[in-house]
Amino acid sequence: MDEDLFLEDVGDSWSFQLGGEDEDDLHEYQAFLGSSFFDLSGDPFSQMGLGDHEGKQFCWKKTHTDSSAEEEEAREGSLSVSAQTIRVTEAVRDGDALTFIVISQKLSGSGEYHVARTHEDFQWLQQCLFSQEVVPGILGVIFPPLPAKPQLNAPTKVLKQLGFLAMGEDWRMYCMALETYLQQVAAHTTLSKNKCLENFLTSSEPPGRQRVRKGIFNRLSQAMEGMRKEGHKDVDDFFQTERDNNLTLTGCSKSATERFIDVVLTEQKLAVACGHFSTALHLCVEQEEDSAVLAFSKICVKLSEVIDSIKRNFESVAENNLSTLGLGLDLESRCQEAEKEMLYRRTCKLVVLETASRNAERAKPVKTAAMDELKVAAEKEFDHVSGVAKQEIARFHSTRVELLRQALILWCEKQLETARDTSFRYSEHLQAFKGLGE
Amino acid sequence: MAAEMEPPPLGDAGQTDFREIEDGEGFFVSTVTTIESPEPSSPDPPSMPAEGISTNGPKQEDISLDDDPEDLFAEATEEVSLDSPEREPILSDGPSPAITPVTPTAMLTPRMGLGTAEMFERALDEIEEDDSGDTFDMHIAVSDPEKVGDGMNAYMGYKVTTKTSMTIFSKNETTVRRRFSDFLGLHSKLASKYLHIGYIVPPAPEKSIVGMTKVKVGKEDLSSAEFVEKRRSALERYLMRTVKHPILLKDPDVMMFLESSELPRAVSTQALSGAGILRMVNKAADAVNKMTIKMNESDAWFEEKHQQFENLDLQLRKLHASVECLVCHRKELSVNTASFAKSAAMLGNSEDHTALSRALSQLAEVEEKIDQLHQDQAYADFYLFSELLGDYVRLITAVKGVFDHRMKTWSKWQDTQLLLQKKREAESKLQFANKPDKLQQAQDEIKELEGKVQQGEKDFELISKTIRKEVSRFEKERVKDFKVVIIQYLESLVQTQQQLIKYWEAFLPEAKAIA
Repeated sequence: MDEDLFLEDVGDSWSFQLGGEDEDDLHEYQAFLGSSFFDLSGDPFSQMGLGDHEGKQFCWKKTHTDSSAEEEEAREGSLSVSAQTIRVTEAVRDGDALTFIVISQKLSGSGEYHVARTHEDFQWLQQCLFSQEVVPGILGVIFPPLPAKPQLNAPTKVLKQLGFLAMGEDWRMYCMALETYLQQVAAHTTLSKNKCLENFLTSSEPPGRQRVRKGIFNRLSQAMEGMRKEGHKDVDDFFQTERDNNLTLTGCSKSATERFIDVVLTEQKLAVACGHFSTALHLCVEQEEDSAVLAFSKICVKLSEVIDSIKRNFESVAENNLSTLGLGLDLESRCQEAEKEMLYRRTCKLVVLETASRNAERAKPVKTAAMDELKVAAEKEFDHVSGVAKQEIARFHSTRVELLRQALILWCEKQLETARDTSFRYSEHLQAFKGLGE
Repeated sequence: MAAEMEPPPLGDAGQTDFREIEDGEGFFVSTVTTIESPEPSSPDPPSMPAEGISTNGPKQEDISLDDDPEDLFAEATEEVSLDSPEREPILSDGPSPAITPVTPTAMLTPRMGLGTAEMFERALDEIEEDDSGDTFDMHIAVSDPEKVGDGMNAYMGYKVTTKTSMTIFSKNETTVRRRFSDFLGLHSKLASKYLHIGYIVPPAPEKSIVGMTKVKVGKEDLSSAEFVEKRRSALERYLMRTVKHPILLKDPDVMMFLESSELPRAVSTQALSGAGILRMVNKAADAVNKMTIKMNESDAWFEEKHQQFENLDLQLRKLHASVECLVCHRKELSVNTASFAKSAAMLGNSEDHTALSRALSQLAEVEEKIDQLHQDQAYADFYLFSELLGDYVRLITAVKGVFDHRMKTWSKWQDTQLLLQKKREAESKLQFANKPDKLQQAQDEIKELEGKVQQGEKDFELISKTIRKEVSRFEKERVKDFKVVIIQYLESLVQTQQQLIKYWEAFLPEAKAIA
């Protein structure tokens, strides 16, 4: 284990995990995850297409009803809440930090869990999920992306990074993103079995904050190494294509998201400008009996009503953009990044394998056996990862297509509704003006 | 009273200016008068002195109009070839107010002295009676901007088409070509004739160095095109406003502008011409005058209205600023929407999944169309509201100018009264000194001044009456103007929304078709 080349490459070592206080946890995981992990018959991402959320901005339609999966969840060590009922209902300001209320329904139907979690808690969960290193092939999982930390009173630049999630009132968009994250995790066959998730959703105590550990899945923070390996040619056409596509799509979706943010911001600016115009019009009203002056005042008042309508229209349009397509694009963008990271991990494993193979070939007779063993281990690992990855990729694509589809439909429907409303109001104003007595 | 014309010192062509200076007054109380040359056929129009107002010039006698009823308003142009446009809102002021009211040619022969004001009043009343018979039916279009010439001497020529059924015009439809300085020249003439007697003369569109230079240099880009269109539209509105005024409509200069194929070039509109410099000096003098005249306002109506217009000025400026802001943001939205459309298209192209790819491409198209709508809407915002408000801000300046003229008229009257008083005192002193000549002279002067005082009072009353009518007219027109524009704007809004609905309805099935 000390010579695990992969880990040495990445930087963080196993020893941190194996030694000291974390050893118990490691054994715990192994016990739980051992056999039931590789449930290839299950359909992790399909379970994300779940029920209609009344009053929520983003609908996830249920695509499968997979009762066998639910049964599985009810087994000991599995999640005791129903994935599709997880909600992040609000964000409460606590000084400089935000606390999120997470509500989920018990599978048994006997009530619900109500917990308060901070972003640190979410990060802890994410790290827990990452820490399942012992599970073979786990590197091939596309981990649901956790939104970046929200900062109150942050400089604009920082908020800009959050993009759409920082917009909307009371961090509503952010809550939706967190909700999506939890649902994705809870619906994932493997990830949902992590005890940490259960802990996170049900325990009234904040989950072990003191146990945040560095996972090996840090974002390609080992930048230099990352760059070299990212371009490493693949041995498998399927994966090479996937990596190429992913690279393009990551760039495109990020770009589209950013441009869309600009559109929404401008719409909001327009709404504010309309407000100013409307107020300025009210200042023109004179208290006079003279009929012409009175008529003019009346016109000013009526015009300010028109401008108010225009303002409301912009606000609606911006809100619609934000809560449907905006969120969708943001999620798409982050998911592409998540896939990218998975593919990168696999590429790293490939590098390890290729290095091991080379070593084995070039090894002096004395060391051949040891090298060969390493090579075999690396190969096995790599195959596991590739296997899982292929599955994940297939599901990933079907899910994201579904997500985008729903986002686009909802977006279009909402904008259509707003457009009709506004059209009606404008027509009313027009009639009123035409009828203004002369 | 004989008309006296002193040949001005300068030998160049120009307008004839006469000064009347009050005796003994050291302040900038004097005003400069304008008399048009009574000899239009002379090849060399009388020169114009580019002199400032001096306090100690020679005493000059009262000047009144020539008896010639026919051509009071001959052209006065200057042969200055420099074409140096400058941003000059000053243009709304005519060269100078006259002492005696100036009557339009179409009316009765002006008499001097006491009778003039009465005549004028009657004359104007007649005009208004005429009006009620011949309903206003006129449409002026300014179109076909064409660049004439090259380089820095180039200018934009516009086609002015007048369609009318009114009898005062010789033809039902007339087309002429005019350039910008022609419009400015027209305004200058109207302002010099009517502003000082209380008529709100619509201001001409503003000069713009930047805009015109671009056009001259031949820059064929969007901003030049926008500039030309903005100017064309402004010229059209200017003419329409001018002819809607019942008095101005009948002015021979206006008719000539609309109908005659050739107009002498109005060079006195240039900033650095003699006339231009005189304007600037006058403006300075006026500013000082305003500070020193303290009027005892006996008429509450004027007090109120003055205040109202001050307020209105501020409010309109604020509104104008708001709308400009709106226009700016809308243009920004258009840019951003186009940008998003492009990135959506790219996303669609990179997408493997066929149906999703198609939907994303459709999305890009929808966004492009919406962008076009935004652009159209920005156009509407601008041309309808922003320009309307801008026009009114300038109109208010003219209104305030008219109020100021009233103040000046009052001031003049008061000064004459004071002078009369002094003369009377002097006369009574002379009664006891045995100087029959001087006494006679003093008595003559007193008689003259008495006449002037009466005239002054009549002038003041007349201008007050005119202003009341004008303000009333202004307020009515304002309501009409705004209503028309707002309805147009609403119609454009409704149309945009209908289009938008169609786009969304077309997109929905595409989105749903993603398998």
